[in-house]
Amino acid sequence: MDKVNGNHDVRIGFYVCNCGTNIAAMVDVQAVAKYVAALPNVVVSRDYKYMCSDPGQELIQKDIKEFGLNRIVVAACSPLLHEHTFRSAVEAGGLNPFFFHMVNIREHDSWVHTDRDEATAKAKALARAGIRRVARHRALEVKKVPVHPDVLVVGGGIAGIHAALTLAKSGKKVYLVEREPSIGGHMAKFDKTFPTLDCAACILTPKMSEVGAHENITLWSYSEVVKMDGYVGNFKVTVRRKPRYVLEDLCTGCQECISHCVYKEPKFPDAFNEHLGKRKPVYIPFPQATPQVVLIDPEVCLNFRRGVLTDKCKKPCVEACGDRKAIDFKQKEELKEIKVGTIIVATGFKTFDVGRMPQYGYGRYPNVYTALEVERLVNASGPTAGDVLLRDGHHPKSIGIIHCVGSRDKNTNRWCSRVCCMYSMKLAHLLKEHTEAEIYNFYIDIRAPGKGYEEFYDKLLEEGVHFIRGRVGEVTDWAFIPEEEGKLVIRVEDTLAGVVRRIPVDMVVLATGLEPHADAQNVRRLFNMSCGTEGFFLERHPKLAPVNTFTDGIFLAGCCQSPKDIPDSVAQAGAAAAEALVLIDTGHIEQEPNTAYVVEAECSGCKSCIPLCPYTAISLLPDKKKAYINEALCKGCGTCVAACPSGSIVQNLFEDAEIFSEIDGLLEPTSV
Amino acid sequence: MPKPKVAFYWCASCGGCEETVVDLAEDILAVVEKVDIVLWPVALDFKYRDVEAMADQSIVATLLNGAIRSSEQEAMARLLRRKSRYLIAYGSCACTGGIPSLANQFPREQILKFNYEDAPSVVNEAKTRPQLVFEEEGRRPHLPELHHVVRSLDQVVDVDYYIPGCPPTPKITQAAVTALLDGRLPPKGAVLAPDIALCEECPRRDSKPTNVVFTAFKRTHQQLLDPQLCLLAQGVVCMGPATRQGCGAQCLAGNMPCTGCFGGTDRIKDQGAKILSSLCANIEPKEVADINKVLAGIPDPVGTFYRYGLAKSLLRRKVDLPGNNGK
Repeated sequence: MDKVNGNHDVRIGFYVCNCGTNIAAMVDVQAVAKYVAALPNVVVSRDYKYMCSDPGQELIQKDIKEFGLNRIVVAACSPLLHEHTFRSAVEAGGLNPFFFHMVNIREHDSWVHTDRDEATAKAKALARAGIRRVARHRALEVKKVPVHPDVLVVGGGIAGIHAALTLAKSGKKVYLVEREPSIGGHMAKFDKTFPTLDCAACILTPKMSEVGAHENITLWSYSEVVKMDGYVGNFKVTVRRKPRYVLEDLCTGCQECISHCVYKEPKFPDAFNEHLGKRKPVYIPFPQATPQVVLIDPEVCLNFRRGVLTDKCKKPCVEACGDRKAIDFKQKEELKEIKVGTIIVATGFKTFDVGRMPQYGYGRYPNVYTALEVERLVNASGPTAGDVLLRDGHHPKSIGIIHCVGSRDKNTNRWCSRVCCMYSMKLAHLLKEHTEAEIYNFYIDIRAPGKGYEEFYDKLLEEGVHFIRGRVGEVTDWAFIPEEEGKLVIRVEDTLAGVVRRIPVDMVVLATGLEPHADAQNVRRLFNMSCGTEGFFLERHPKLAPVNTFTDGIFLAGCCQSPKDIPDSVAQAGAAAAEALVLIDTGHIEQEPNTAYVVEAECSGCKSCIPLCPYTAISLLPDKKKAYINEALCKGCGTCVAACPSGSIVQNLFEDAEIFSEIDGLLEPTSV
Repeated sequence: MPKPKVAFYWCASCGGCEETVVDLAEDILAVVEKVDIVLWPVALDFKYRDVEAMADQSIVATLLNGAIRSSEQEAMARLLRRKSRYLIAYGSCACTGGIPSLANQFPREQILKFNYEDAPSVVNEAKTRPQLVFEEEGRRPHLPELHHVVRSLDQVVDVDYYIPGCPPTPKITQAAVTALLDGRLPPKGAVLAPDIALCEECPRRDSKPTNVVFTAFKRTHQQLLDPQLCLLAQGVVCMGPATRQGCGAQCLAGNMPCTGCFGGTDRIKDQGAKILSSLCANIEPKEVADINKVLAGIPDPVGTFYRYGLAKSLLRRKVDLPGNNGK
């Protein structure tokens, strides 16, 4: 037997898994076992029905003892699924668990091929690569690293709120960071929720106040995460707290400053009300805003000029605030650095920009609204106190709701936004209730798969809301007949009746789809996450790890992962909180020993690696002038290894000799 | 006891390596005293037949410089291999292909066409090209054939040792020759220069901050260079981190960046790829358009990163299989 690494004779046991028929149906596993048996250093080569079963693992352990094996290769599924299983089995058999290598012949072979001979040849090549590689493996040791118990939740919509509360109630300290001045997210803007027609504010605001009052939650609104370093269990996060020009600790939310502002009337468009209403330069976004702290908009406040302090206003607000002294025009942004062990990303979504579909006339015809605007319009605390008063001053007698605006459309977004059918029906119901107008829904398909959703659809049909199946071609004010004069005409092919219709209405509602935030890519980079082609953050596994990301310790909740409704967002937020709790309560993480180290005698001290490390694990030894990698901080990403210009950094489990042996094995011709 | 026989030979090279031997100055006399130079075309007149007449393995060491790009050079490399106990690739061209191997970016036909027809200074209406054999006054002279690809010496014959550099410094030449004469030789295949990157001996090393990131790349003529500060920190591509030391960082002393002539360390397979992955990983912008702006500062990436080693790199050459004549 060959001696490799100079330590001992290499004796390899090889096992090819049938995985029931998952592998065996497409790969001739017996032929693979027979082929591998003849390769150098292989002592035992077998195939078995389910290697991951207890008998399969025991087979390995028995062979280790009986044949004196010191290296094990299992050709089966993805290492993501069973590497840990087999490493444990090998360890239980008395070997160092890293004298094991797993070869993937399921996801990489049997599942993706249709020719049995070719798939078998590929399995042989992959197995040969693994056999060559494992001979080079060294014994390695797993290290344990403690997990910091604090959690960061990014985003204060319903998902972030629920996750933060769940964690806080279990006694964990939570930092909740929200970009806007108040938490609440999109849900805070909604009037009612489908299908139960619960008042959104009535169910949301108690949770918001609970967040504001909870002793375990540090709420930083009007703040953004700007930097993240570290790794699972030990993240270092920098948060930028934007100046509100009001000291949060001192403001009581009395709003005296707002009533005393030099602007007697609200004058500036109010973002919370989708610019349908107005606010003053000093404002609170909405009555139940959390925290109950006002803020000053330096772009319009008279004490500033285009954001720069001039101190020229007579400042009745300061006078009104009096002894509380909460207003501070000199406030500067602050950078806060925190340490957390886990992070939940719940940054939400933005609604589709209707400007991308000019055929629907938004912005051109005043009576075309987005769905979110209508949410505010029908809301009792909205800009019209719930009166559906159109921009032209009339009350609508007929309303068209256009579904799938920016959804299921190859010209804009291909995906179904999941919530638009239901919220359109909810708005149809509310608008009918408020205006008694005729309501037309223009839909492609009605998607109502949630609990009570189909029943809600039935209810709408009974209420006399019209449903016309067809994607709307355009909205126009060009009247063909006198009845269309002064109306908005919706042109649509009714695909059930097979005719093109022109339906004149007073008001058009665009059911805009959900899409990733404009800066989602920056957020993705900030937290080392992946995203799909559409830009939503990618879960680790669509079925079995739906709230995990590819970065350990970072979890997803809500619409930043994909469009979803409130119950799903809340459920996912709870799941993300539970995943974080698992890590915190375990107390430590076992670190894969795939860490890198600098070979000191070979390092030239060129420092190329130092700025590259995402975990700031590399420093320069001041006396020796050589790079040094702190093993506790190294996460084995391999960046420095690839970038070291003189090849002086080595990564455990990915040594050049291991990788090149594997490549050589893979490329060697297979003699059948 | 007869003095050991030593030969110097040149193939596709500029003559700079020969200059280094002369640069040994008075030290060359010490060498000459101890050895018998049996072949040195740059200084002494010898004929092919003289070499052919020598007994196999009768030369102790041949220091061959230059890349192999013609039939004559290949024939001489094979001949000297047979006649020598140690064949030493001397200088970048013999070690890794050197400057001549940058020609591997172009098909042979393109090179010939440019040089004999299209170059601005050429007047050749008949489009005459060199012929391998021609007839004149009853004689039939032969010319060497240009190969499709430029190769390093070890891509043609077995090589015992490598002395890198463009040219190798007198210091490492002296050390290598002395080791050879004293019989203190490392294992076959060794590069006779320290296996650690240049930064370690660079006088500017300590001036490099630990957080160098690149927002722009500048060439040496585009800015005044600080003579003390690490050139990478000044945005100049310096090959030092990916280049074997042994030269004494002379270019840096002359306020010019290392261009990589000593080649990479033993541990790396491709010097150009290595410095690329190090530099590119440290480029500050993250968007493609902005990255491209930074990279525009390196107008000739092959000439920058593979200046001395294209033949031996993973890139090797533009595909130009014999038979398709470079089309």
